[in-house]
Amino acid sequence: MANLEIDFCGIKSPNPFWLASAPPSNSAYQVQKAFEQGWGGAVWKTIGAPVLNVCNRYGTIDYKGSKIIGLNNVELISDRPLEVNLKEIAETKRNFPNHAVIASVMVESTKQAWQDIVKRVEETGADGFELNFGCPHGMSERGMGAAMGQVPEYTCMVTEWVMDVATKPVIVKLTPNVTDIVQPARAAVKGRASAVSLINTINSIIGVDLDTFEIRPNVGGKGGHGGYAGPAVKPIALHLLSAVASDPEIQKAKMPISGMGGVETWRDALEFILLGATSVQVCTAVMHYGFRIVEDMIDGLSNWMDERGYTSIDQLIGKSVHRISSFGDFDLGFQTVARVDPAKCIQCNLCFIACNDAAHQCIDMKDLKFKGEPNERPYPVVREEDCVGCDLCSTVCPVDDCISMVEINTGRPHITWNELVKTKPEVLEWDSMEEYRKHAKIHIH
Amino acid sequence: MAEHYKPVKYKAWEMTLKERFQEFYPPLSEREAITEANRCLYCYDAPCLTACPTHIDIPTFIKKIATGNVKGSAKTILESNLMGATCARVCPVQELCEGACVLNDEHKPIAIGRLQRYATDYAIQRDFKFFKKGKPNGKKVAVIGAGPAGLSCAGELAKQGFDVTCYEKKPLAGGLDTYGIVVFREPIEVSLREVKMIEDLGVNIKTNVEIGKDIKLEELVDQYDAVFISIGLGAVPQMEIPGENIPGVLDGLEFIEETKTMPLDQIKFGKRVAVIGAGNTAIDAATISRRLGAERVMMVYRRSEAEMPAYHFEYEFALGEGVSFMFLTQPIAVIGDKQVEGLKCVRMDLGEPDASGRRAPVPIPNSEFVIDCDMVIKAIGQKKYTGFMDALAKLGIGSVKGYIKIDLKTNRTDHPKIFAGGDCVRSQGEASTVMAVQDGKIAAQAITAQLVGEAAKKQPVSASVR
Repeated sequence: MANLEIDFCGIKSPNPFWLASAPPSNSAYQVQKAFEQGWGGAVWKTIGAPVLNVCNRYGTIDYKGSKIIGLNNVELISDRPLEVNLKEIAETKRNFPNHAVIASVMVESTKQAWQDIVKRVEETGADGFELNFGCPHGMSERGMGAAMGQVPEYTCMVTEWVMDVATKPVIVKLTPNVTDIVQPARAAVKGRASAVSLINTINSIIGVDLDTFEIRPNVGGKGGHGGYAGPAVKPIALHLLSAVASDPEIQKAKMPISGMGGVETWRDALEFILLGATSVQVCTAVMHYGFRIVEDMIDGLSNWMDERGYTSIDQLIGKSVHRISSFGDFDLGFQTVARVDPAKCIQCNLCFIACNDAAHQCIDMKDLKFKGEPNERPYPVVREEDCVGCDLCSTVCPVDDCISMVEINTGRPHITWNELVKTKPEVLEWDSMEEYRKHAKIHIH
Repeated sequence: MAEHYKPVKYKAWEMTLKERFQEFYPPLSEREAITEANRCLYCYDAPCLTACPTHIDIPTFIKKIATGNVKGSAKTILESNLMGATCARVCPVQELCEGACVLNDEHKPIAIGRLQRYATDYAIQRDFKFFKKGKPNGKKVAVIGAGPAGLSCAGELAKQGFDVTCYEKKPLAGGLDTYGIVVFREPIEVSLREVKMIEDLGVNIKTNVEIGKDIKLEELVDQYDAVFISIGLGAVPQMEIPGENIPGVLDGLEFIEETKTMPLDQIKFGKRVAVIGAGNTAIDAATISRRLGAERVMMVYRRSEAEMPAYHFEYEFALGEGVSFMFLTQPIAVIGDKQVEGLKCVRMDLGEPDASGRRAPVPIPNSEFVIDCDMVIKAIGQKKYTGFMDALAKLGIGSVKGYIKIDLKTNRTDHPKIFAGGDCVRSQGEASTVMAVQDGKIAAQAITAQLVGEAAKKQPVSASVR
């Protein structure tokens, strides 16, 4: 069986699966139960400033019969007394010396407050800190959480305060509620942080009750933005992770990243690892199914690694990062066309209507006499010379491997947009662009 | 048949003989399996897990199909039940796991059996080996009878490091999984793969060896540290009616066995077949007859529809196959000279409840009539091996209603070294593969505890309690 152990800036963990700082990591009971069931680490639910919670706290999006593809919350950081949390963190670390126990902290924005909490947490024996610069609701209005993470200068300042006294690794948790996540990530580097983690939850309103016009979740007739998480946010998280992981300044700092946002299965976790995460944090999936999901995460990941000959997580971290590119560097000469396999086609014709109404009108309904039956219904057939290779038809097709996107050689030059505008700046004018297209045999219909 | 099953359309005249004996339920496609797996709620402390006699961690194996960890899924199944591929096909799932599914009330249950088949087939196709022979512990166990109970016990013991020898009187191991399940429910290859898996664990299976004839039971008891008896039951008993020995009167189990071991076009079948009995074996004999080409198949049963022992889904299956049922009909003689020409019967009525608690059938005077038929198939239960039972009695082992008496917690008999399981101990409850597999497991655990100490038990993931 593959070795799933990781070393996250000195924090050892039997596997890359950590509980994210959230309701599932609220107490010693929960974290120790999670460790017993296989979780490699846990970031304790944020401790620090005193708070009071409200009800209801959660709102969810169900989609076509599937429960909870997205979940938002207006719950605050831990509302249990600081002393109790510190005692339980110490007990948990004592009972599980080989698991990663990380304290998430958040206090008011003074040097004194931050340095005090760091010193107190250090006494528990916890393996490290995660600075909560991301909580988007409740705390941000009090000048904490996302209010810190949205201003790179603050991120850097508080990180420096912490680093001045911390002897254990410090992870800066980034908020996605910014225009460019690379800026606060660089601020964490500048503040000498040991690592970053991302993403925290995304600002959201989950919905409106059509009978009462109330906002969900409904807090006594009112509602407000809460942090959005769950499977639906995974693509956003993967993007922000890849933006940080591919940033030259972050790469230069050799800073490990803890990835999260919509991880439910070992496959999700693996995608985060391939895009640069060393550890992967999970919350919503545990809130839906319980700690037991980790058994399949471990089993599925190690089976996948065994089948492909990987023996350690290190061999996988960031393996897809070099493929993260930008539009200007894509090959304009790369051409695919769609092909429909009539033997697999069930004639739902979703590809036809998608292409006809929403793409480039290059699928025809043809009588193929494929089955030779009288009154045979027509089949969708791609007019390849007109297909732009957008991939819409294959994504709407309900049958596996029925529509495939096939690479074809058009004889067009393999050139990127950046190269093109450098060598032929005139294409930025329509007349010259038309001329270039004619020359390059790019036919737009 | 539950509506989520999609049986092939059965139009005999449009199918070749070979096609008619293909597995009735087609395998699930990957998309079907994933869609169905995602429908599972992944209940905590799930009732399906409890309803399975072998306690397969069903929510976990289904979750693993959903996440694409099908290899892990198969392992989860086989950890609890080495005969998982057979059980996926033959278990009365409506009565067990699927019957307990929480979605029964509001929805339709998860197709657990078919998902189990998907995962175990996936593992078989890729030849995954999940278990290894344990470190030898120096103890030897003999297993008598290589049916599902014997193979399960042998496999579990081999995993614990026992040196296991399995004695089987038939040419092939697998017991009724190999010989007694209709081929369109389970092809013989599935059972033989399971036999191979047990052999790969280091179990020595000796076929064509009959205990009591080739080797004395006492010798085994002397030579081995423990003996597990899983001899099953014998042939169909005599009906004690005139004409029973006329050519054309068949034993239901032997008839099923022919479809598993002979070329289909060489099996003799009647044009008009009367099947006596209404249990699952009788249904099998009837549906096989239809699929072989019998024009008319009548099931003759002395009680009514309500008392018939066959599973309801089997009854519906038979109806769909064009089998007709003659309830409250008691055979009294087979008519014919050199060949069966008819079955003489008497009409029955239901009287007061008998010892079995079911209303006793009572003949209606002067209601005799003859069913025209050229073949009669008997499927009225199985005989106990009385000779073997006598040998056991000499060792001080008691019996219950002709079945071997065991302690239900350990499957130990009255003899400290001798354990038993499978149909030969089933004095109460349904005889089935899955019960036999569990017997083997229980006995293996008890033998391990008795000879080397308690073995560690794996907690199911979907019901682990702190």
